[in-house]
Amino acid sequence: MRHLVRRFLFYTFAVWVAISLDFFIPRLAPGDPVAAIVGKMSMKGYVSPQMRDTLASMFGLDTKDPLWVQYFKYLDNLLHGNLGNSIQYFPTPVGQIIGRDIWWSVMLGGVAVLISFGLGCLIGIVTAWKRGTVLDTIFSPIMNFLSAIPYFWLALLALYVFSYLLSWFPLSGGYDDANIDLGWSLDFIGSVAQHAFLPALTLVVSSLAGWMLMMRNSMIITLSEDYVLIAKAKGLTERRIMFRYAAHNAILPNITGFAIAISTIVSGQLLTEMVFSYPGIGYALFQAVSGQDYAMLQGIFLIITLAVLGTNFLADMLYAFLDPRVRQEGSR
Amino acid sequence: MSNPKVMIGCAIVGFFMVVGIVGPFFMTSNPNATSHLFITPPSPAHWLGTTVVGEDIFSQLVYGTRTSVFWGLGTSLMVMVLSVLVGLVGGYFGSWVDDVLTLLTNVSLVLPALPLAIVLAAYFPRGPLTISLVIVFTNWAWQARVLRSQTLSLRSREFVMAACASGETTWRIIFYEIFLNEIGLVVAGFVSTTIYVVLTWAGLEFLGLGDGTIPSWGSILYWAQQAGALPSGLWWWFVPPGACIALLGAGLSLINIGIDEVVDPRLHIERAAKVAKKQKEVT
Repeated sequence: MRHLVRRFLFYTFAVWVAISLDFFIPRLAPGDPVAAIVGKMSMKGYVSPQMRDTLASMFGLDTKDPLWVQYFKYLDNLLHGNLGNSIQYFPTPVGQIIGRDIWWSVMLGGVAVLISFGLGCLIGIVTAWKRGTVLDTIFSPIMNFLSAIPYFWLALLALYVFSYLLSWFPLSGGYDDANIDLGWSLDFIGSVAQHAFLPALTLVVSSLAGWMLMMRNSMIITLSEDYVLIAKAKGLTERRIMFRYAAHNAILPNITGFAIAISTIVSGQLLTEMVFSYPGIGYALFQAVSGQDYAMLQGIFLIITLAVLGTNFLADMLYAFLDPRVRQEGSR
Repeated sequence: MSNPKVMIGCAIVGFFMVVGIVGPFFMTSNPNATSHLFITPPSPAHWLGTTVVGEDIFSQLVYGTRTSVFWGLGTSLMVMVLSVLVGLVGGYFGSWVDDVLTLLTNVSLVLPALPLAIVLAAYFPRGPLTISLVIVFTNWAWQARVLRSQTLSLRSREFVMAACASGETTWRIIFYEIFLNEIGLVVAGFVSTTIYVVLTWAGLEFLGLGDGTIPSWGSILYWAQQAGALPSGLWWWFVPPGACIALLGAGLSLINIGIDEVVDPRLHIERAAKVAKKQKEVT
């Protein structure tokens, strides 16, 4: 119980740090961001005084309030779920855009992480078991090389080969929005699957190596334990030793990794979404960066951070539940 | 270091460093010079073809190697300096100093690094220094935690107590007795940090958060993306820079795996077999 309370206090503190960073970064940045953006936007078209005011209020430059008053106003806004208005899609509230886009990211990332975790662990277990054989000597170096490839470049190559050269998959988007309506129809689901396949594949390929290497190392160390030797001496089947004895114990570090991966679903696939123009939160962030939509940028950062902190907290709880040693250490 | 993985890794990294240092001196064309040869595929005159405004991609790649490799190594060095400072000071002094530093480290670990880096880089002036500092700010915590726990375990060893008893100054103990004993960890940390830094660097530049006028691997990819190189099928524009990043990353991770195998013999079966054989011959 004490462990739980301590973790909870820690994550509350982390949330406060994230919120404060979100408040102070724009105020610490040099120069006058409002003038810079207005200058840039007026090149594209007319900037209404309303938009200028939104900009100024967003940076907290419209008031003569001291910093701490601004800070509390900012906190008050956050408590009411008010993240400000987007500049690109003026005057749509940022929260609304994030609420629309986040489901695309969660679905894509969730499926990709599940597949990659399952497959990676399995390959890790098998390569560790068959260490030194041809299978291991071929798989392990390939995996090492895969893990060093930059995400977005792999994604670019896949897009070039499969969508451009072979035209097996669409070049961009989350579904065929020209012909199909958003809704739970069979056509829509089919179109979504077709659009999500390539992004999911690149996510799996690029993260597979990490799971596999982690599982392999942990498995090799577990295999040298005495109880595995005893299990062999007892004449148990290979399958039973491999999964029930060795992998069961070796998977613990990977479970933490899995929880962390779940929490980084959104932040981890930022680049992938940008390459595939996938309508998730990562693509929204990309557009916010290139359109200098600061309210959007900060809102997305905040949402991603809260999601990460929330899942990390749950992961901590899960780990304490799975491994009694953590509980004891914490409550000492 | 007779480990073949370390040798190959060092050769790859060394190659890129040499290209980065001397390569630009052999380039006859300015990487940013435009010409009338728009979008030509690779040819003897332009080994990797040209961009939509007629820049020579090979020349950009060679100049980019200098930027990417050396800013990458430099940034990684800065990350390690910060990690070492936090880890050693926290681990050695303990008490409230350690509590504060550990709290900062843990908070920094749970905050998502890439989104934070993007937000920071978006607000500050574009340029290599900004990216470098942003990466240092978002990535020091992991190595700091590793080094702190190592320092904690070293602090209670006899040789450190002996140094304390013989009246050595605190800073001498920290740097000569403790730091030099965990130098292996620091080197391994430096290598893996460099991989991460190079990838993140390219990612941030690809997003357009870098200075697009300075040639680097990431900025070549950025301009390729901006000009729609992919839907136009201009593979010679976006394939080479990514391949360079992947190759450098593979070289660095080979070094790291090699170091791991040397440090932890359980991960290296062939070596163990050889040792056993030798022992047999002796007896």
